[in-house]
Amino acid sequence: MTWDSGTFAALLEDSAEDLYDNAPCGYVSTLLDGTIAKINATLLAWLGYDRDELVGRRRFPELLTVGGRMYYETHFAPLLQMQGEIGGVALEVRTADGTRLPVLLTSTVKNGPGGEAQLIRTTVFDARDRRAYEEELLRARQQAERERDKAQQLARTLQQTLLPPALPVIPGVQVEARYHPASLDQVGGDFYDVFPLGGDTWGFFLGDVSGKGVDAAVVTSLTRYTLRAAAINNPDPVSVLKNLNTVLNHAKSRLCTVIYGCIRPAGDGATVTLATGGHTPPLLLRADGTAELVELPGGQLVGVLPDARVVTTELRLTPGDVLLCYTDGLTEARVDGAVRYSEEELRDDLAGLAPATAVSVIAAAGRLLAGFGDGVEDDTALLAFGVEPLGAISPVS
Amino acid sequence: MAAVTPSIGGVDVLRRNNVVVTGNETGPAVLLAHGFGCDQNLWRRIVPDLAERCRVVLFDHTGCGRSDVSAWSAERYSGLDGYADDVLEICSALDLRDVVLVGHSVSAMIAVLAANREPERFAQLVLLTPSPCYVDDDDYRGGFSREDVDELLAALESNYLGWSAAMAPVIVDNPDRPELAEELKNSFCRTDPAIARVFARATFLSDNRTDLARVTVPTLVIQCAVDAIAPPEVGQYTHEQIAGSELVTLNATGHCPQLSAPEITAKAILEFVDTR
Repeated sequence: MTWDSGTFAALLEDSAEDLYDNAPCGYVSTLLDGTIAKINATLLAWLGYDRDELVGRRRFPELLTVGGRMYYETHFAPLLQMQGEIGGVALEVRTADGTRLPVLLTSTVKNGPGGEAQLIRTTVFDARDRRAYEEELLRARQQAERERDKAQQLARTLQQTLLPPALPVIPGVQVEARYHPASLDQVGGDFYDVFPLGGDTWGFFLGDVSGKGVDAAVVTSLTRYTLRAAAINNPDPVSVLKNLNTVLNHAKSRLCTVIYGCIRPAGDGATVTLATGGHTPPLLLRADGTAELVELPGGQLVGVLPDARVVTTELRLTPGDVLLCYTDGLTEARVDGAVRYSEEELRDDLAGLAPATAVSVIAAAGRLLAGFGDGVEDDTALLAFGVEPLGAISPVS
Repeated sequence: MAAVTPSIGGVDVLRRNNVVVTGNETGPAVLLAHGFGCDQNLWRRIVPDLAERCRVVLFDHTGCGRSDVSAWSAERYSGLDGYADDVLEICSALDLRDVVLVGHSVSAMIAVLAANREPERFAQLVLLTPSPCYVDDDDYRGGFSREDVDELLAALESNYLGWSAAMAPVIVDNPDRPELAEELKNSFCRTDPAIARVFARATFLSDNRTDLARVTVPTLVIQCAVDAIAPPEVGQYTHEQIAGSELVTLNATGHCPQLSAPEITAKAILEFVDTR
């Protein structure tokens, strides 16, 4: 037997009409107002209606579920009118016995010879299997979103335990701090604290444990409590950092960079003693508009060597001066693709704030971070001390 | 009470809402506010008729079309007041006076809220297929139930129509590169599904019936003879609640007569404008 076109025709006994009526999908043609003008047998069978019940009597959108019709009228119909076609829209139709049938609709507008719209032709595909599959995906996504919310909640709670709930009031000195997490999903490794040491002295620290996540949080917690405990024992900054170095060396886990300091209000200003182990230099903004990075060369990372070198310096804050400690999340933010921000640029950008306050400096640094957006790849901790500019009204403390 | 918002400058407002001004500069200012589900493209078939005699101002609601999506927040836009604030900010940014404010669908109620807040700003209100409350309540028939609204939200969920999560960051992150959005212009009315969801709730769960009686600006209600979203009884109710309002019923089907019957829709608006 040879397969010529005549054989095909005889075998298939096909006609356009048969192909239309018994196609494996539903066909419906409507007037522009939705009135059903023609409908194929396949769709009638799915819907459970007789042809006479629908043609000329019902509008196609009326066969949709109510919510589906709201979608149809607010989205499907306007888009179809503007574009002349719309495809792959998932809706549900109600069959004669009230059952819902998930379908996929695709419509085109048939234009007359003058280009004016005449009819809407719609194909209807049975989408029960696809919808079941999509619902599975949707459920999985919602489950994943819930899990993510839980993880973020946990990270937030853990993070809060690593930061002081409130900053102490230091007479004559304004203190302001901010923590800017790079990710809501993970606990960061940055930390800071300010606390009274008795008498007229307050201790403070700010640092960055390498890495992030739960492992880093464990070390951050260890670091924070070691610093607090060591400072009560002997508040000398060198002694405090040596203590921390010993503890982290024993833990053999991670290293960290840290600034530890004491601040003592005196006269119309305050004296600050700073010690650092390998941390980025704090920024000192003077009331006269000069700005300098307080370099403490020679300080070594904490937690690496059994006897890390710690260097100290002392400086004096007078009215209008601000000392800003920060972590490298700020200064290593990407400003333009591969180009990273720098300590020097930070110094130059903030110099214009003079005479500044701790609040204005933290706010300006916050704006910088917001401006970098996704360029900020690491967490950032910010801690600033300022002496009120002369002439400003100081809060009674 | 209006949502608390940081004040932003006029230029930012015009960019935020993708404001387009066209038509006869010396004519009355006609501000067209699109409804839920689309953007200013919805007005395209009646703009030519209006533009001959009026100064036509078009915009996209924040979060819709080509507005600045980064200006959107669930806080501000989960109720219609946030949208009304936007309308007033646009009027202020362009220094529009004696405005004819035309609100379609949900924007009819946004228009009512805006006009009640600053009645001196507006000369006339045109409420196109309005509904002050979509959900049935005691004797009031809005036409829908809470379950129907949930069903709509489910339909939104399964139809992202032209929206793809992969494209979203491109559009959102590059407001200064309009050519990126240009490439996508084939699909009108694109809205982030998360935003559409909040807008759908604000639209279909709001109840502004008591705001109608406070309208003092001369008002025209335009409805369609057949409209599944805002049936004629609802148009009639709106008309009855606004003292002195006029009601026009168009011989049209559907919720968007500006698309399905643009000539008679434009005619109804212009005839009302002429009565000023």
